[in-house]
Amino acid sequence: MSTTLHPDASWSAWTRDKLLLGLPLREYLRTLKTPFNAVAALILCVGLPITWIRFTQGIAATTNLNNDYPWGLWIGFDVLCGVALAAGGFCMASAVHLFKLKQYYTLMRPAILTGFLGYFFVVVGLCFDLGRPWRLPYPMFVSYGVTSVMFLVGWHVALYLTVQFLEFCPAIFEWLGWKRVRHWVLKLTIGATVFGVILSTLHQSALGALFLLAPTKVHPLWYSSFIPVLFFTSAIAAGLSMVIVESMLSHRVFHRQVQHEDPQQVDQVMVGLSRSAAVVLFTYFCLKWIALAHEDRWAWLFTSYGAWYLVEVIGFVLGPCIAYFVAAKVNSARIARVAAVWTVLGIVLNRLNVSIFTFNWQMPYRYVPSWMEFAVTITIVTAGLLTFRFMVNRMPVLYVHPEYPVEE
Amino acid sequence: MAVSRRGFLKAACATGVVGVGATAARPAEAAQVKRPWMGMLTDLSLCVGCRKCEYACNKANALSDDALETYDDKSVFEQTRRTDADRFTVVNRFDREGQPPVFVKRQCMHCIEPACASACLVAAFKKSDEGPVIYDESLCIGCRYCMVACPFGMPAFEYSKPFTPRVTKCSMCIERLRDGEQPACACVCPEEAITFGPREELLTLAHDKIREHPDRYVDHVYGETEAGGTNWMYISPVPFGDLGFPTDIGTKPYPELTKGFLSSVPLVLTLWPMLLMGAYAFNNARGPELAGAPVNTHEEGGQ
Repeated sequence: MSTTLHPDASWSAWTRDKLLLGLPLREYLRTLKTPFNAVAALILCVGLPITWIRFTQGIAATTNLNNDYPWGLWIGFDVLCGVALAAGGFCMASAVHLFKLKQYYTLMRPAILTGFLGYFFVVVGLCFDLGRPWRLPYPMFVSYGVTSVMFLVGWHVALYLTVQFLEFCPAIFEWLGWKRVRHWVLKLTIGATVFGVILSTLHQSALGALFLLAPTKVHPLWYSSFIPVLFFTSAIAAGLSMVIVESMLSHRVFHRQVQHEDPQQVDQVMVGLSRSAAVVLFTYFCLKWIALAHEDRWAWLFTSYGAWYLVEVIGFVLGPCIAYFVAAKVNSARIARVAAVWTVLGIVLNRLNVSIFTFNWQMPYRYVPSWMEFAVTITIVTAGLLTFRFMVNRMPVLYVHPEYPVEE
Repeated sequence: MAVSRRGFLKAACATGVVGVGATAARPAEAAQVKRPWMGMLTDLSLCVGCRKCEYACNKANALSDDALETYDDKSVFEQTRRTDADRFTVVNRFDREGQPPVFVKRQCMHCIEPACASACLVAAFKKSDEGPVIYDESLCIGCRYCMVACPFGMPAFEYSKPFTPRVTKCSMCIERLRDGEQPACACVCPEEAITFGPREELLTLAHDKIREHPDRYVDHVYGETEAGGTNWMYISPVPFGDLGFPTDIGTKPYPELTKGFLSSVPLVLTLWPMLLMGAYAFNNARGPELAGAPVNTHEEGGQ
């Protein structure tokens, strides 16, 4: 891949170089004939018509949401899980820039890209759910509901999306060969990282704080005045785990781009991450019990919801926590990867427990998402993966660009 | 006073210091001093389930053109209904063994400190000076957090409208109130089961009724303290828990539930930069050679 744009380069040369991976159009299109793309195309063929129905006929035409269950899969999974799983960006950026843990440098850019795209597609998902998505900028420019936790979430997600874009800009400018702008935007790194951590702390916890207003609807085992802290801590665990999961997938899918990496060194970094993840998960595990004790909800443990609670806390918090400790102890990146997938599932389970599975626990009937809600969610995830792949194949995300070595 | 506060709040959010407003915005008490808040008292011992209030409500809010006779249909009582996008009030029947059934009219309770208003990120809900909680559809983005927050489950949403979906709920006929009229349901009730008046007077009336007829009422004015108190209140011959009223919502105003979190926001905004920059300075001073093993693949890369 050539990296500088020659002054006499024509537009088509630029297109071929930057967008078509240096191939002629016909050849490039031929490379797209893969089983993965076939599946992705199939998903989009279902998802896009549903998108059309959603925005022309309304929420009732596509979802099982109703007045008792105003929030469903799109908020519970696309927004709550999406934001938690995109926490890797701020975790890695602060590890590298603030804590100077240089060994994580190669993981930072993919994490920031995942973070940015994660948030971007959270907003896309939110637009499906909002009654009037075109009024999304209202809390910024038209009317200020300052007593609302949602107001904080809206502002902070918008600001953080901007910050993550800035953090990712160096990669874009390296791709485009804009050295001066890149140099300029690099100067913002520390400030952007600090601001990113502040924003993440606040909106990760605010997503939990949203449910503080539903003390009779969220089940007593999951409702806690500690819920902001629980959401924040678990988001860090989710973020670190996603970094491991991502690295695992990247080494399978983009192995050409990471072939220069020493597999043993990668494994070492994974083990290092699992040490941090183990500590974070253990802290989260303790906080879960402190929350229970604080609200004196012990009696609820002996109900069927209590059993489900233990499945989450023992099976999907303590379980992966121990796996992480073992991975660190016996130096096994394999176990670390298992623990990472396990943690991700656990955090997803937690968010769904709070927002869907135990929400309205006193209601005689349950909300079950419609197949179209699932289809939209799958479509959004697919769109996210395709965008991620598109950028990773073109920009220096998984490797360090030879013309831009790491600076101090 | 109000203007300067708004100015301050706008400045606060412009700089990202959101949440500071939570402690400043207590509209409730200030407005109450100005004039007596209006409210409603429903006496469930008097309601006969004629559903004329539903008819009047639907007419007043242009929800339905159905003739009055259609409301004689008693089959609707087979199921317990809830408020909906096209009905802001519903009457439900609760059968009792050996005694006449109790009919319960439900609608927005018009909380003194409304959960919906504290939930709304665009301030589309407001406690009006007259007492009703009112909704401004021109601001609403349709996030439905108000519905998640409402302890009484009263707001509904126009899910089937693709372009202009609104949150719907009883406004206590605020327009009629401002014209000096009573809410439509209170006007039409043939049994005088719904009384309109200043909240304080209604509260006195409710307690007087209970004191004078302890045999007819349970000793509880629902809405006196629920969720910090509501402008719509009830007295009943049977415990409210048996009539579908939520009894686990406590007496704390709902905005209090998020106040602690919101007041921690400015703390994070001021303390985090100090701690994080401190960590940065500390680790920077340690020197790169001490901070973890450097990865020697940096100079390679590319394809």
